[in-house]
Parts: sequence; C-alpha cells; structure tokens
Amino acid sequence: MDLPAIEVSGVSKRYVIEHESRHDSLRDTLHHTARKLWRRFRWGSGFQIEEFWALRNVSFSIQPGEVVGIIGRNGAGKSTLLKILSRITEPTTGRIRLRGRVASLLEVGTGFHPDLTGRENIYLNGAILGMSRAEITRKFDEIVAFAEIERFLDTPVKRYSSGMYVRLAFAVAAHLEPEILIVDEVLAVGDMTFQKKCLGKLQSVSRNEGRTVLFVSHNMGVVANLCSRCILLRDGMFHADGPVSEVVNAYIQSGADQTGQAAWSADDASAGNDRLRLHSARVISEGRVTANVPIDQDVAVEFDFSVLGSRRNASSSIHLFDKQGVWVLCSGSSSAELAPGTYRHRVRIPGNFLNDGLYQMSIILLTEVTNIQVHIHEAVSFTVHETGVGREEYGGVISGCVRPILPWSMKSLPPHQPPL
Amino acid sequence: MEKPDTPELVLEAGRSSRHYWQDLWRFRELAGFLAWRDIKVRYKQASLGIAWAVLQPIVQTILLTFVFGKLAKMSDGGVPYGLLVLSGLLPWQLFTGAFNGAGNSLVGNAHLISKVYFPRLVVPVSALAVALIDFSVMLVLALGACAFYGIYPGWHILLLPGFVLLALVIALGAGLWIGALTVKFRDFRFITGFILQIGMFVTPVGYRTDILPNWRDLLALNPLSGVVDGVRWCLLGGRTELYLPGLASSVAIGGLLLITGIWYFRRTERQFADII
Repeated sequence: MDLPAIEVSGVSKRYVIEHESRHDSLRDTLHHTARKLWRRFRWGSGFQIEEFWALRNVSFSIQPGEVVGIIGRNGAGKSTLLKILSRITEPTTGRIRLRGRVASLLEVGTGFHPDLTGRENIYLNGAILGMSRAEITRKFDEIVAFAEIERFLDTPVKRYSSGMYVRLAFAVAAHLEPEILIVDEVLAVGDMTFQKKCLGKLQSVSRNEGRTVLFVSHNMGVVANLCSRCILLRDGMFHADGPVSEVVNAYIQSGADQTGQAAWSADDASAGNDRLRLHSARVISEGRVTANVPIDQDVAVEFDFSVLGSRRNASSSIHLFDKQGVWVLCSGSSSAELAPGTYRHRVRIPGNFLNDGLYQMSIILLTEVTNIQVHIHEAVSFTVHETGVGREEYGGVISGCVRPILPWSMKSLPPHQPPL
Repeated sequence: MEKPDTPELVLEAGRSSRHYWQDLWRFRELAGFLAWRDIKVRYKQASLGIAWAVLQPIVQTILLTFVFGKLAKMSDGGVPYGLLVLSGLLPWQLFTGAFNGAGNSLVGNAHLISKVYFPRLVVPVSALAVALIDFSVMLVLALGACAFYGIYPGWHILLLPGFVLLALVIALGAGLWIGALTVKFRDFRFITGFILQIGMFVTPVGYRTDILPNWRDLLALNPLSGVVDGVRWCLLGGRTELYLPGLASSVAIGGLLLITGIWYFRRTERQFADII
C-alpha cells in the first residue's frame, strides 16, 4: 500500500478573539498596551482574551486517488481545515504531511481582475493557482473551449455575464494538474448545464487520472455522487469517517434542532372537544423519532387521540405542505366505529417520493367522515434530506413538490428519415 | 516506496518552510504576472496613460525650480536649475512609487492572500515593477531635457543601474516593514504619506548637497540622499560631486532596512491570512 497522500494528525487551530480592543489602529494598541501594563501592575493579570478553537485534534489520512468529501454544518471547521491544508494559514498544533503537488480551489476566480480581458485573466489566474506560463499556453485552447467563451476572449471580464465569468474561472481551475486537489463549495455557482460539466470534470479527474480530491460541499447529493468516502466534522471536531452513505446519514441525524414530535395538553381547546381529542404526534424514520428524513427512506407519522363520551364513527386525515406552502397531498384513514378510548393512527409516506426540503403536516380528526372536530395546522414538520439518489453527476436543484422514481425505458429506432 | 518526484510537505505550527527561498524562486512567474497585471491595469484605467507619468514630474520640476532656484536662490553650480531638480526627482519618484506600492501591496491583494498560498514576499516585490516602468518613462524625459541644454551623460551613466537598484533596495526594505505592519495596523498607511512628505525635504531633491558641506553628513543619515546624489551625478555627467561617505551610509542603511524588513516580514507573514 502506498503512503497516504494526506496525513493529518492531531491538528488544531486556535483563533484569539480579543475583547474590548480590536487592534485596528495604532492608537488602540498604545492605549490597550498601557492599560494592560497598568492592570498587570495592579492585579498581575492582563486583558481578557477569548480563545476560539475552530478545529480540535483532527486526524485522518487519505490514500492517493481517493475522493473524500468533508461535510459539516456552518462553523464545523471545514473551511479552516481546507485553509490549513492549502497552506494559507498554519495549524496551532498538530502536523500535516502532504505527498504530492497540492492545488486548492477555495473560490472561483481568485485574482481575476475586472479590467483585464478573458485571455489575460486566464494567464493571471493560472499563475495564481500555481501553473507555469508554459503549462497555461499548452492548455489555453482547451480552457477556452471548456469555458465556451471563444467570442469574448478579448473582452474585459467586467463585461461578462456572471455565468461566463464563473465558467471561465472554473475552466482555468479544472485544468490544473496537481496530485492533490482541494475544492471548497465552488460548484454552488453557474447554471445547471455547467454544473454538470464541472462535476463530470471533477469525476474524470479523480477516476481516470487517479488524483486525490478533497471536496467540501453542503450539497449532500453532490458529495454522495462524487465521493466514495466522507468525513464529518462537528464543532471543530472529527465526528465520523466512512462510506459516504453512512456519513451523510449521520450528518442528517446530527442536526436534531427540530424534534419531529409534538404534544397537546388535555385542556388545549384547539386540540380537542368533547368528542375527539388529539394528544401527540411524531415523525418516525428508520425506526426512530426524528425530524430529519433521508430522501430514500420511508417516513411515518403517527398520532395518538382519544374518542370521548360514546361510540363514534371516527377517521383522520393529513394535509402535507412543502416549504413554499404548496399543498402537496391529502390522505385520510378509513372511518371506523370506535368505542371510547385511546387509539393510534399511523400513516406511511414511502421513500423516494417527496422532494428534499421542509414539509409541514396538518392533522385533522373527523366524525362521520366529513365533520371536522379537530384541525391542527402545522402539527409536525420534518425535513427531507438529499442523499444523492437518482442524481448521477448533476448537482443542481431538482424542482417539484415530489420526486418519485419513475420507470424509464429506452429502445433504439431505425435511422430517422426526415420528410423531404 | 515513495516516488522520487512526489515532494513531501510537512505543515506544522511555527515551522517556516525550509524551502522558502526555493518556493519563492518557483513562484517567480507569479511575481511577473502580478507585476504585469499592475502595469496593465494602471495604463488601461488611466485614459491619459503614459502622459500621467510625464506630466507629474514636469509640474513638480517647475514648482521645485521656482521654490528652490528662484525664491530660495540656492546655487546651481553652473547647471540649469531645472535639470538639477529633474535629476533629483527621478530617483525620488522611483522610491516613492516603489515604497508606496510595496507598502500597500499586501492589503491591496488581501483577497489573494486569504485564498491562495504562495510565498507572500512575491507581492511586495512585484509591486516594484510599476515604479520601474514609470521611472523608465521619466528617464527618457530627463535625458531629453539634458540633451536640450547640451548636457550629455558620460561613462557615469553606466553606474545608473546600481543606483536604481539601491533605491529599490531601500524602498523594498521600508515597504516590507510598512506592508507587514499595515496588515495589523491599518493606520500605517497614513504614516506612509507622512514619511514621504517629510522625506521630500530632507532628501536633496530640490537642491544639490555639495553646496551644503555643513549639512551633508546629517543628510547622509537619510539613505535616499546617497541615491539622489548618485543619480544626479550619473545623469549630469559628473557635474555634481558624488559624496562617497554619503553613498556608503546609504548602502549600509539600505541593506540594514532590507534585512530587517525581510526578517520582520517572514516573522509575521504566517499570520497574514488570519488577520488581514
């Protein structure tokens, strides 16, 4: 087995936040220093300094040719890690070994100058990313073709549309030939066709050319399709590492801000009357209560209610709305004669049916099929998360309220004869 | 095991890369591109372009000639006063441009520093180029003016590159200090302007030093005095005196500035991306 291409051992990064004084001007510093000296003289201690650990004791290693995704919520330390790996900033403790030429792409179009033409910016940006002049000249035509800007090569880039700008910037970066490529959330830009092209390029870079790629994204779909392995950071700490599907699921579950359940007290007038009363509701996926559902998993909603007074013909239904308030569906149970007592209804929405995003569910309890007794709006909510199912290399938004997997087929036809 | 062509790089706290100078050499093309960008942008943005580089020294020459030659009636020692001033302005403008450029280069390229790795020294070094281009334009102007008065430089002109280099060394040394300090304390940018304003008068731009024997040694503490004297001596074909002790002091102080500048820059550059 080869030596790892990237070996990170015990890396931490500390940022110091100084309260009271930001040393932005010399006057501040003089003032601050004088006060600090005075305090030290009086009490023997300096100013209050708050430390912030963006990364804490992170270790992992990556083999040559691996494509690894780094995921985590905002502030988890992903960008700090990439900055350290790209040598922009130093780790506070720990050690990193990099074996091979590293190129990092933390931003699309770093160093582009608006007044220079496309041609000039290709050279400038290439040099900034670490290419030699000869290398750029050799790949120049390829870059221009990839960016599809032939006609505007000698136009200053400030006249470019944002799409052209991004295409050009990515095209330069895509033609880097490092052994290790570090990519930050740069694919969140550009139109769908171009995104697809970029991902295809990244894929071919890793699969066909055997380069090591480290990739940060918030788009789980892209991560799942591009990477074989994934590292999850949480609050600056190493949280999980493994096959991409497992880690993406761990990431989805780790964000339990919403609880996925709700309860109503026995005297809540909105939740019941003297006939029916709703007690609680919960969202269940993968066998547990959660508000976060992977897109390919079933989601069940169950709710407990009581029939009060006498035997009643009772039923219930749900209304499901997406994040824009679009009414996605309605579904009802069959009605039944129920004796007084407590019952539990459960409805299951199959996986690979809803699209990603937040869904709100209303719960309605009825008697005699049509008489609404209880109607709780937004009783529970849950978020469906992308896991990369059915995306292939496309990283953009898949529109629609639902995203079912539909059967497709294809057959080949005899050559098409255009009518003369 | 490891292929010989895969370099291993170790990143650790406080470990300044052992290959720093080698890296700097590898990134020489980047320095070239940054310089080329600055020049291109400068001449693209200003519609008057090159005319600016000419107009400014002409106006300054006229003003200084009037102030020192006519009002203060300083001795010209047999050389047209305008030429004295012009040949003094030449190195002074070179220094001003290079010093300003290097000093502001880091903050001006903050977006690069926080997104890409390269030896940070590339930035201030490449900022010297614009000043050099402006200098060349002005040099042509100055040589033309000398020819107009019938003064042709002799063999002395061959030593001009040495003085240009000395001016750049001083500018880079001071610029590294100011640049690194500006990253942390933004008000050093204003200090630059202040230094230059005072510098204009304690540097013999508008007067020749050989007529001020009492002040000469004091002026020599300003490393630019030696440069200005030297360039004037080159251009006017030895019609002014080259004060060698002044030149020696200039070289010594310039060298010291550059060495300490690099030292301070290297010491602080690792934090640039964090605080810029």
